Amino acid sequence: MRVAGIDIGSRFIKLVLIEKGKTVFFKKTEASFNPLENCFELLKDIRADTIIATGYGRHLLEIHQDIKTITEIKAFAIGAKTIFPKCRTIIDIGGQDTKVISLNEKGIVKKFEMNDRCAAGTGKFLEIMAKALDYRIEKFGSEAVNNSKEIQISSMCTVFAESEVVSLISKGMSRKNITIAIHRAIANKVVGLLRRIPIEDDIVFAGGCAKNRCLKQMLEQSIGKTLKIPSVPELTGALGAALYAEQEVPLTGIGQNLQNFHNEEVENYENRCKESVNR
Amino acid sequence: MGKDYTEMWKGLGLNLEKHAGLLGVLSDAYKNIYLSQKERPAGMGYFDFVISEVHGQRIIEILKAKKEGKKIIGTFCLYVPEEIILAADGVCIGLCAGAEVGTSEAEKFIPRNTCALIKAFMGFKLAGLCPYVESTDLIVGETTCDGKKKAYEIFNEITKKVYVMEIPNMKTEEDRKLWLNEVRKFKEKMEEISGKKITLNDLKKASSTVNKKREALQRLSKLRSADPAPISGLDALLVNQVAFYDDPLRFTEMTDRLCAELEERVKQGVGVTKKGTPRIIISGSPIAIPNWKLHAVTEGSGAVVVGEESCVGERNHRELLDENFTTVDEALGKISSRYLTIDCACFTPNNERPDNIKSLVERLGADGIIHYSLQFCTPYMMEAYKVEKTLKSIPFMRLETDYSMEDMGQIKTRVEAFLETIR
Repeated sequence: MRVAGIDIGSRFIKLVLIEKGKTVFFKKTEASFNPLENCFELLKDIRADTIIATGYGRHLLEIHQDIKTITEIKAFAIGAKTIFPKCRTIIDIGGQDTKVISLNEKGIVKKFEMNDRCAAGTGKFLEIMAKALDYRIEKFGSEAVNNSKEIQISSMCTVFAESEVVSLISKGMSRKNITIAIHRAIANKVVGLLRRIPIEDDIVFAGGCAKNRCLKQMLEQSIGKTLKIPSVPELTGALGAALYAEQEVPLTGIGQNLQNFHNEEVENYENRCKESVNR
Repeated sequence: MGKDYTEMWKGLGLNLEKHAGLLGVLSDAYKNIYLSQKERPAGMGYFDFVISEVHGQRIIEILKAKKEGKKIIGTFCLYVPEEIILAADGVCIGLCAGAEVGTSEAEKFIPRNTCALIKAFMGFKLAGLCPYVESTDLIVGETTCDGKKKAYEIFNEITKKVYVMEIPNMKTEEDRKLWLNEVRKFKEKMEEISGKKITLNDLKKASSTVNKKREALQRLSKLRSADPAPISGLDALLVNQVAFYDDPLRFTEMTDRLCAELEERVKQGVGVTKKGTPRIIISGSPIAIPNWKLHAVTEGSGAVVVGEESCVGERNHRELLDENFTTVDEALGKISSRYLTIDCACFTPNNERPDNIKSLVERLGADGIIHYSLQFCTPYMMEAYKVEKTLKSIPFMRLETDYSMEDMGQIKTRVEAFLETIR
């Protein structure tokens, strides 16, 4: 049996295909202004016995294709627990939502917190700030690993923070220091959410923003614990949805396979990170 | 709307173009949210009709009463004693403030970070969209939260007819005295504007009318403890919302009729959803008409709302007035005590509220609580902490939102994920 999980986020659509617990295919595309069309584009070449949709746009597919859905909270819980079987806490900074999730020892969601209403402290915020400072999002953060506390971004509203950034630039503050301040503002916001749930090991940092090393480091410093990051953190939700689709199959078997697969990936990833630091 | 009320609305000074827009939106929302529900009780037909005539027939009735010399009193809070208004032969209307209307007009006067309810009552007036406000002779404000308290000063500048009752922040002996005095002063105010001396008999009659309304709402609330729930949360919420502006005698009769039908349903085990559907209580800020957002999301996600721990809900009808009084002064004393049982988050401490929620959870057999705060509604946002702490054993989720639709995606995700945790 081959099953698919599709995570329709506000910024990207992610697709994962699994067969007998192994990830056989994954793909990511921009959600853009027409997510439904992009979903169809993504799905058109794949063959799957069943599909589960998750993410902000999950109901699009439910309405148009009668595809069953689960929330990204549950999808991330299943995905993270499968990749890191000891996972009890998940941090997901996505495009428009930041979520922190607490799991029991069986991997069932016990409590979660999400940002309210606005894009403050989300990936979108990071993206807008990167743009204001003329960084490519992939690079944003890798230059800011050095921790300086010189300046602070006090406003968490994306709109106001952007003007704060503009005024800092005009005051002659260095791009690097402003970048650090932006990351710190986001990290503080996430820690604020984390304080409302039990923080237990293993803590998994998933979602696209987990690729940002500066954020990882700041979060680790703030909570005094190490974060585990899946090899392709933005696929955690799609993987969780696919695994949910395959639910009848005993999860332990899948977990073993995936653990190996992903541990290798993680090692590669960590090596790549180390290399980038040394460079 | 059945008839053409344009002339009446024009006479009240409404902004006809915007008003037509509002009614259009309201009617579409009602169709989508209410009329699409399955297994609705036949008794909801009356409430459908009332909503379709919300700015029509009911306004005609009110204007007729006004012509007969009755005073029309607008209120925004449960603390304003309805008995005293009725005893002075007045009509009591809980003014609506549950839609995102006239926001930009309101923001000329009040800060942007004011709760949606306050913005809405200012907005409805400023945009010329509320025939109720225009029909009133007196609008009674109260010193509950800071936002409302200060907004009434501005509202009085605009309408010139606001009277403010001082509500204490605590419930000590001194506070009780203060409140009793406020109730007495309100009685005098009502006598002054109606030109009618309130007698013991008037108070007896009014108390019985209001208590009967509360009893009908209590009956409805109790019926929702059945599994499967005999009525949707949306419909029950609507009944609770209509209670604020409908004629009290007719409302009681129609609600009782609905309850008789629901009793039959319960006997036969008929419900609006399957037995075992997750049962949710919505607790927190007021849910003024036509704010159906959270109920619609919750029930649209496969749960059933079985109770509203809200001013529009339990807080409104939980306690009856002790009708056993023999003098006017004794009546005022009992009225003042009854109203001080309301567990509004503006009081400190407010330990009754978590306790009341606890017993409500038990009575209704609820599986989870969504603690709902309007954004910037500090008292309820703050109190969420204490409520959660007291109710350790039941799944609990805090939610902050307003009347806009921008955050529907986030709200839906949170509600669905919450339901996933309790299924």
